[in-house]
Amino acid sequence: MAERSFAREVQDLRLGAGETFRGEGILAVTKALLQSGVGYVAGYQGAPISHLMDVLADAQDILGELGVHFEHSASEAAAAATLAASVNYPIRGAVTWKSTAGTNVACDALSNLASGGVLGGALIVIGEDYGEGSSIMQERTHAFAMKSQIWLMDPRPNLPSIVAAVEHGFALSEASNTPVMLQLRIRACHVHGSFAASDNRKPAFPLAQALENPVRDPMRIVLPPASYLHEQEKIKTRWPNAVRYIREHGLNETFDGDITELGIITQGGMYNGVLRALHGLGLATIDGTTRIPIHVLNVTYPLVDEDLAAFCATKRAVLMVEEGQPEFLEQALNTILRRADIQTRIAGKDALPMAGEYTAQVLSDGMCAFLTKHAPDLPLAQPPDPRPLLAQPTIAALAQAVPPRPPSFCTGCPERPIFAAMKLVQQELGPHHITGDIGCHLFALNEPFNIGSSTMGYGLGSASASAFQVPPQPGKTSKRALSVMGDGGFWHNGLVNGIGNAVYNRHDSVTVIVDNHYSAATGGQDLLSSRAEPQGRSTNHPIEDAVRGVGATWVRRIDRTYDVAKLRDTLREALTTKDAGPKFVIASSECMLNRQRRERPLFAAAVKKGERMVKPRFGVDEDVCTGDHACIRLSGCPSLSTKPSNDPLKPDPVAAIDQSCVGCGNCGEVAEAAVLCPSFYRADIIHNPTWWDRTLAALRARAITWLQARRSARVLAVS
Amino acid sequence: MSRPLCIAITAMGGQGGGVLADWIVDLAEHAGWTAQSTSVPGVAQRTGATIYYVEIINQPGAILALMPVPGDVDIVIAAELMEAGRAIQRGLVTPNRTTLIASTHRALSMAEKIKPGDGTAPSPPILEAAALAAHRLLAADMQEAAERAGSVISAALFGALAASAALPFPREAFEQTIRRAGLGVEPSLRAFAAGHDSVTAPPPAPVTPATPPQHIAGPDAEQRAYASALARLTDFPEPAREMLTHGLRRTADYQDAAYAHEYLDRVAGFTSDPTLATEAARWIAVAMAYDDPIRVADLKTRPTRTTRLHTEIAATPAQVIETTEFMHPRVDELLATLPAKLGARLERSPLARRLLKTAFERPRRVRTNTLWGFLQLWLVARLRPRRRTLLRHAREMAHIEAWLATVRAHATNPALAAELLACRRLVKGYSDTHSRGTAKFDQVLTALPLIAHRKDAAAWIRRLREAALADEHGTILAGAIATIRTLDPEPAHA
Repeated sequence: MAERSFAREVQDLRLGAGETFRGEGILAVTKALLQSGVGYVAGYQGAPISHLMDVLADAQDILGELGVHFEHSASEAAAAATLAASVNYPIRGAVTWKSTAGTNVACDALSNLASGGVLGGALIVIGEDYGEGSSIMQERTHAFAMKSQIWLMDPRPNLPSIVAAVEHGFALSEASNTPVMLQLRIRACHVHGSFAASDNRKPAFPLAQALENPVRDPMRIVLPPASYLHEQEKIKTRWPNAVRYIREHGLNETFDGDITELGIITQGGMYNGVLRALHGLGLATIDGTTRIPIHVLNVTYPLVDEDLAAFCATKRAVLMVEEGQPEFLEQALNTILRRADIQTRIAGKDALPMAGEYTAQVLSDGMCAFLTKHAPDLPLAQPPDPRPLLAQPTIAALAQAVPPRPPSFCTGCPERPIFAAMKLVQQELGPHHITGDIGCHLFALNEPFNIGSSTMGYGLGSASASAFQVPPQPGKTSKRALSVMGDGGFWHNGLVNGIGNAVYNRHDSVTVIVDNHYSAATGGQDLLSSRAEPQGRSTNHPIEDAVRGVGATWVRRIDRTYDVAKLRDTLREALTTKDAGPKFVIASSECMLNRQRRERPLFAAAVKKGERMVKPRFGVDEDVCTGDHACIRLSGCPSLSTKPSNDPLKPDPVAAIDQSCVGCGNCGEVAEAAVLCPSFYRADIIHNPTWWDRTLAALRARAITWLQARRSARVLAVS
Repeated sequence: MSRPLCIAITAMGGQGGGVLADWIVDLAEHAGWTAQSTSVPGVAQRTGATIYYVEIINQPGAILALMPVPGDVDIVIAAELMEAGRAIQRGLVTPNRTTLIASTHRALSMAEKIKPGDGTAPSPPILEAAALAAHRLLAADMQEAAERAGSVISAALFGALAASAALPFPREAFEQTIRRAGLGVEPSLRAFAAGHDSVTAPPPAPVTPATPPQHIAGPDAEQRAYASALARLTDFPEPAREMLTHGLRRTADYQDAAYAHEYLDRVAGFTSDPTLATEAARWIAVAMAYDDPIRVADLKTRPTRTTRLHTEIAATPAQVIETTEFMHPRVDELLATLPAKLGARLERSPLARRLLKTAFERPRRVRTNTLWGFLQLWLVARLRPRRRTLLRHAREMAHIEAWLATVRAHATNPALAAELLACRRLVKGYSDTHSRGTAKFDQVLTALPLIAHRKDAAAWIRRLREAALADEHGTILAGAIATIRTLDPEPAHA
């Protein structure tokens, strides 16, 4: 079950010729796959392509009707290997993941796939997680395309162009026997637009036909001598075929302009930004008319040498707009022109910055720098520039006045108590070396937990503590390394490279496996160990069984992570026990975001039906709270905040819990475990109370009122 | 049209910025316009700062941008005040064109919440910058408006957007959009109207929080004794009287009228300077009304507490509320609540401590809506008249006297004396938190001899106090004290 429902979007997948699809870029890709007669789709979820996976997961009936196989791969490596179906058979297949993180994982299969080549179209939909909103290292997928000779498409970021790129991507792949990457930046994945739909197509070559009539060709397998031939084939056959297809179908576009002695070459994905920058300088209109000719590379690898040479030949200077580094395209363009002996000046990373996202301001500045240098007499409009305003002291002072707001754990998150327990155990045993992993739990890196010293990749939390195995010195207590791994990472990679590795090498460290029943950070997709029973998937395979199955013996399972005291005690035991070998603590509670999504409608419906329902909520007695905020430093829940104290004798703000509280109980548990303060209370709100509830409450209230009155008569109360 | 209308929404993940963007797109498309929206949620959807961007144009085939051009944005909608500040910092709000619609409420960031003192970033600098940067500023507490309507802030912001008339669509078209979305329509429309009105109706006249009238209950003799304490206020300098009133209330409410008189006796030693008197009035009251189990039990069993709890959790009269208190009393608290001699003797015996620890120390969840649970706290609260005989009281009074003696020793420098009084702010909380606070208090006072002779001694004490409140472990305080040790000796204060 993903974090949100895609029931409406699924219906859009049924649109046919004559209808208009309206929606997100990544969903347009999904629809385009079905229009292209794709035979199978696989992938690994992650922003910004999660929605492609989520929609298909909800569209089982449509996929069934078309005969399309869809699966959630265990990792990007498994997804890439799925493309093997297109090696021997004319079956179109598509896989997807976030890049470059996912491409790194997929590389083994990708290299093998690219070496042997494909018969059916093989499309890799890449969510290029770069720039604002990215959660990964800032690298380029372009390098992977070049090293394996996989073609790279980077279409203009509008829905018709993206959809055309999917259809051409398959055809290009088939024409050149080469897998094709379709790269979409974050904003292009999430862009809302429309395109004219066409009918979905059943795959021309059904999967069953392949199984019934298997084909093999040893020459497609990476083993000498075939591997040597593959390299020659890539250069001598596949590359020229690809270039021919790109030229014949006009995949790259040229927009003419009247200032013919200048030109701009841009990645397709940067086109809208380039045009807006030109608009600001008075050199383009909003409908796309430009005064400076623009050559758009909707395919950024391979380059079409002849087209580029022809575009540049008549120009004095050309600006290459290429986001990211190193500047592969600019280098290639210089080589192309040098070989053709064309003297056109190439600007690129001299006018634009080498590193970082090409935002509107960056593009505008770069364009300005290029034009001032190469066309000093060209009159330019004054582009919008907020910098003089930003330099004013009142605005500049915002740098100190606006606090940063990095992402963090959600309200009621079951992972927070795990890190509260880690903080408490470190207060007792001193600071430890703690290795992090990929997943929501990485938010522990920030305030208020400040936990984690490294993150090496998905499922690699445990493996990244491998070196820290120090034999205990007699008479000395030695500290153990502590690792964190999520259930997503566990099934992606961690079982073998974390658990198996630690067991085999007799590690002495401690690994905490955070099991929240979903791949939560990527949008709450199900996993092998999920408790739900999604249609067409096998779940409910406990992590504990897997851990013990690879030979672990010291395993503790905690089925309610909100029990901070128990977690702290278990961690203390794991860190101090005399038992040799790796120690594993499986801390398990359902992701609150998904739990709320599941339970909230049921609760509301039951209340509406008049059933007796109990909803817990937490609160703070503001006159008992002393405003030290120790509770917040151990919790960090968004619903636990501070508010100005009403008490003139108390200048510091007091803790307060807002309406968003889901009643998980973490703050009460933390206050208890850390012996903080008695100001927390839990209020159980009984909706539709029974006659007995009301009678009992009334009797209790009478007795309590009597006791209160008795005291009021005896002691002074001034409020 | 030569350019589209450009709209940026800055929000925190989970605030519904995406819904708002979808509504704007739907609104424009239904009017026959072309609309494009983009976002970069990623991990930011987990409570981090994020941005949504929409361009709309009444012209087919336009090439629309995927990110805002600084200095070229028509409308910025900020779902929280600091997010408005962030939008201004990014250059999205400029006087040439931007209508800034901002909710003025605060959702505190982690950095603000975790400070042991007051880490709240002040709002006025943001509002000042907004007034300077925006072409037009529409600011109101949209969160409050939405909550009143039983909905979420996105609907209130959509209402404010309609009210701004920055988009060429009538109010009905906005409301139709909400109806078309079909989810929680009625609450959304109420919040929409509330948001609309919050920026059109003149802001309600600020209500000056009048000091609530004193509510006094208790035996007549006590009430008379308290009245006589109030009558003594005229002996004190005028500027300190308001704080003294608060102090009197607190000490009388904490113990009894005699305690309030004791309080006045203590403050009377610091009336040479009005500021000093005010600080003494505040901090001596805080110190005398130290937080002990009796006080906690007392506060948690009062009728006013029941009323407040029901308001806070917004319960309706048809619902039944059950309450559970989370307590973890330690042996230390138990012993401190025994008669002074007995408590001290048991404290010295490791065996007794260990036995008591096993028998007594564990987390306790007290269900105060039940008779038995309430009675437990009520009985603890009944110890109040005997408080003066208990071990904790003896200790607290000794601590207060030592502290006040130090202050008195520097009475010739009233500014320094006032700062020393204010150091009491560091002592707060229960158990470990209390010990840590007391340790910081002691550290600051230990540094006093190093600087007492300096002209700027008061400023140094204030700096040390602020340092102590800036982080949990006192690292910044230790650094500040280390700095003091490196100061050049300075001629003594004349």
